[in-house]
Amino acid sequence: MRYLPLTAADRAAMLGAIGASSVDELYCDVPVSARRSGAIPGLPGFQGELEVERAIAAMAAKNVPAGSVPFFLGAGAYRHHVPTTVDHLIQRGEFLTSYTPYQPEISQGTLQYLFEFQTQVALITGMEIANASMYDGATACAEAVMMANRVTKRSRAVLSGGLHPHYRDTTRTDARFVGFEAVACAPDPLGTEDLAGLIDQTTSCVVVQNPSVFGQVRDLSALAAACRAKGALLIVVVTEAVSLGLLTPPGEMGADIVAAEGQSLGNALNFGGPYVGLFAAKEKYVRQIPGRLTGETLDADGKRGWVLTLSTREQHIRREKATSNICTNSGLCALAFTIHLSLLGEAGFARLARLNHAFAVQLAEKLSAIKHVEVVNDGFFNEFTVRLPRRAHKLVNKLAKRGVLAGVPVSRLFPEAKDLDDLLLVAATETNTVAEMDALCTALEEAL
Amino acid sequence: MNSQTTAKDAPAIEPAGTSPATPLGTISGNRGLRIEEPLIFEQDSPGHCGVDLPEPPALALRLGGVAPRGRIGLPGLAEPTVVRHYTRLSRNNYAIDAGFYPLGSCTMKHNPRINEKLARLPGFADLHPLQPLSTVQGALELIDTLAHWLKTLTGMPAVAMSPAAGAHGELCGMMAIRAALDHRADRPRKRVLVPESAHGTNPATAAALGFTVDTIPADARGRVDLDAFKAKLGDPATTDVAAIMLTNPNTCGLFETDIIAIAEAIHQAGAFFYCDGANFNAIVGRVRPADLGVDVMHINLHKTFSTPHGGGGPGSGPVVFSEALAPFIPLPSVVHDRDGFHLVETNDDDGATGLAFGRMKAFHGQMGMFVRALAYAMSHGADGLFQASSDAVLNANYLLARLGSDYSTPFEGPCMHEVLFDDRSLKGSGVTTLDIAKALIDEGYHPMTVYFPLVVHGAMLIEPTETETRAALDQFIAVMKGLAERAKSGHADYFHAAPTLTPRRRLDETAAARKPVLRWKAN
Amino acid sequence: MSILRFTKDHEWIQVEDGIGTVGITDYAQHALGDLVFVELPELGREVVQGGEVAVVESVKAASEVYAPVDGEVVEANPGLTDEPAIVNTDPQGAGWFFKLRLSEPAQLDALMDEDAYKSFLEGLE
Repeated sequence: MRYLPLTAADRAAMLGAIGASSVDELYCDVPVSARRSGAIPGLPGFQGELEVERAIAAMAAKNVPAGSVPFFLGAGAYRHHVPTTVDHLIQRGEFLTSYTPYQPEISQGTLQYLFEFQTQVALITGMEIANASMYDGATACAEAVMMANRVTKRSRAVLSGGLHPHYRDTTRTDARFVGFEAVACAPDPLGTEDLAGLIDQTTSCVVVQNPSVFGQVRDLSALAAACRAKGALLIVVVTEAVSLGLLTPPGEMGADIVAAEGQSLGNALNFGGPYVGLFAAKEKYVRQIPGRLTGETLDADGKRGWVLTLSTREQHIRREKATSNICTNSGLCALAFTIHLSLLGEAGFARLARLNHAFAVQLAEKLSAIKHVEVVNDGFFNEFTVRLPRRAHKLVNKLAKRGVLAGVPVSRLFPEAKDLDDLLLVAATETNTVAEMDALCTALEEAL
Repeated sequence: MNSQTTAKDAPAIEPAGTSPATPLGTISGNRGLRIEEPLIFEQDSPGHCGVDLPEPPALALRLGGVAPRGRIGLPGLAEPTVVRHYTRLSRNNYAIDAGFYPLGSCTMKHNPRINEKLARLPGFADLHPLQPLSTVQGALELIDTLAHWLKTLTGMPAVAMSPAAGAHGELCGMMAIRAALDHRADRPRKRVLVPESAHGTNPATAAALGFTVDTIPADARGRVDLDAFKAKLGDPATTDVAAIMLTNPNTCGLFETDIIAIAEAIHQAGAFFYCDGANFNAIVGRVRPADLGVDVMHINLHKTFSTPHGGGGPGSGPVVFSEALAPFIPLPSVVHDRDGFHLVETNDDDGATGLAFGRMKAFHGQMGMFVRALAYAMSHGADGLFQASSDAVLNANYLLARLGSDYSTPFEGPCMHEVLFDDRSLKGSGVTTLDIAKALIDEGYHPMTVYFPLVVHGAMLIEPTETETRAALDQFIAVMKGLAERAKSGHADYFHAAPTLTPRRRLDETAAARKPVLRWKAN
Repeated sequence: MSILRFTKDHEWIQVEDGIGTVGITDYAQHALGDLVFVELPELGREVVQGGEVAVVESVKAASEVYAPVDGEVVEANPGLTDEPAIVNTDPQGAGWFFKLRLSEPAQLDALMDEDAYKSFLEGLE
């Protein structure tokens, strides 16, 4: 048991110091009926590192990693190239094995990178301030809605039909139990829904995703004005953070709150988690923001430093009156995000975004050239929707058998929308090669 | 404020005499290995980039009329600059890898590196959550295997794997209770009983879901006051209590001796028993929560199962459920039959209970944390976990035995995996719990949790975990004894000035909160 | 004629011509420590005795300020939003919180006068 450094002699000596004859005595407060004298049955005994690695690697080997095949999935999780430096740095024990910076004198490393993270998130979203992260984009979205309810003292949220259904469902779960209304529009592949028409005097916010889950990009300025006119907040959701390197940012379009998924920068696909929720807002709402905030200050010698601040919003002080119950968030994923974005910088982030868009345009052109395949979006970033002559789900499974992971069938996301089962979401990033795009087109043509 | 009070442009000369070896202070403001590091935004070298990317093919934009954005304001840095920057920042952090981190209630145990290696296998890290299920059978198998461990260790029949952290797990568990009560619809149940010693997340969670939080006092033994609990619960036939949220072992580091009686009374009243599993490390492998009458409990994989705390996450908070609550789990869940593993993503899917309450986050849960937690569980095995919790409790009781004459203990009897002291013994010295914590920093330790639980004035909650050597504990004991002695012999000024040997001294949190500066801004 | 009264929650109220000025006592500001934020009620709000009207925050604590008597909020101290520290330096002067138009002046009779509050504080020691 390599993780346990006490020896038998240590244990005996320590029990002597305590004045107990056995460790069992220390468990004397446990009701007799629940006490056990040995290991819980039904589980294996301890194993060496080699055996553990062998067993778990065997499970990994049963999967098809994205990098091993032509791969075009997106829908809220994107495969990007993460520079080696990122993973090297986040594995430094001083980052990996520290916790929430409760003692700022010995946590300046974490606090300073969180301050950099907050600044980067504010810059790329075009917002005034950002917090130190949420669990993921979907929980950030739900928290944004609840924050809008607090700010406006209203309780009816309008959710766009272009919102990722997992984000919609996460928000609806909170709506049911917290007690507010979340009106979800029908799936809207083209972004033609009339959200402004759904705002009334009881509407706390409109939640719209850009690019939408179908890939559609749109200008939200008019919607922002409509929200303002009726006293509702505009919440913009972004699931592909790299798009912020190319598109007019939500802040410039008039967003009040931005809830985004930051996985695309610095973080692997990880089969869905852990990811990192980005949360940005206008500064005037700072006291209603959920989660941790890092702020600048001075120490006793007058040197600049950082601390967690405005903690009275949080559960450990405000308890039942807290803005959110969130405690642990996504610290290390935020660090990965920050390092990746620091490496990219202004020039690199813009170029990465253009590269993604160009590859998607290229792929859209190639797919459009296939008979009976139609790209449905007029504007997109690195992901778009294609209409196929058959059920997308079946084709995706067929192509998977041929070693091509073609995209996400809309029916996987919206199983209830039977009229959309011929739609396929296809994403292209800088990791895709022209050969892979051709492999997808060839496989698709043959399958049709 | 956007002042560059650090060394970049105008190096601050150290005040004379801060260190006998360099009475003049250094020219740079650095102190040997301790190097002042400005923000990345203050190191902008315009045009530089730390990632080489090809020139995008020249194609017309298809942005649907949305304009491409202008300058963002990010700095340009080459790769070596970035590596040095974050390496320097890392050295301003305390960490488990570097030393004893007895932060009570947080279980700062050793983080094995095999966990990190396995989580990065492309077969897990490079999997998209929406790939066809035929291409992710091993990932689903891993989730199912970890689920089996968690169910077996707790004796509970069902588990929800998707919650992203402990507080998220609390939400999940309390939502399941609400869903079950709504389904039963016997009578309105608004109240949730929460001991005053609870973690802040407990009342925050209950209140967020519309419950009324009713606080139960602690008794003189540091446990739930059983009479007060029964009075709050009221008549079992008519009570409006929905649940009790109880941490066990509790935040005073004590096992709730009346836990079975509490569970029975709660069940008799038709209410549910939520157990906050933050302190599971004291009993994992030794006591099954099911045997205590627990209906639902979250497990912090980043505490008990050694996944790294990462400076504040990511965590993972699977929730185990009793038979009564099992149908009311969130979506999605993993099921298997002879064809393999499947995901239940809607209430209509095969294997669904039909009563699942919905989704709590995107996708299926913190896969990267599941791999690490399973690697940990398998490494220890059932016998190793039994020994691990035993050693965690032994270490805490050893600190109690050795320090009990130097620091006052609010409660009697053996503790579980953490030991609670307070600062009554320092009364009159001018030294408080906060001062001891800050002095410990200068001694090379991360302080214990201070001023929590709230029920004890001047609380010091020390959780050594099982991964410390006896020698490390003995050194800590010597330091704690020395500090107590120093405090009692009239050196309050020494404590009030501490820490003095850290990258930064005490920081002005009042100024930070009065005029919040939450981001860097260009001048 | 001006009447000064105190509550057990350490609010003070000074009443003149049916308008009561409310703040927290020196004891309260000292117990809270350096204040960093004050949340004041909107004008026109009807408050009841013992109800939460304002919030004060220090770095590590948040506390409610209760209405000493029933009434309608007619003014809030604009200086506190920018400089909450005034409450620390001058709690019973420039650091006042809000003014109420009293609807039940008789409620004042049950509150403590200055001497009674002083003995109340001594009892807390």
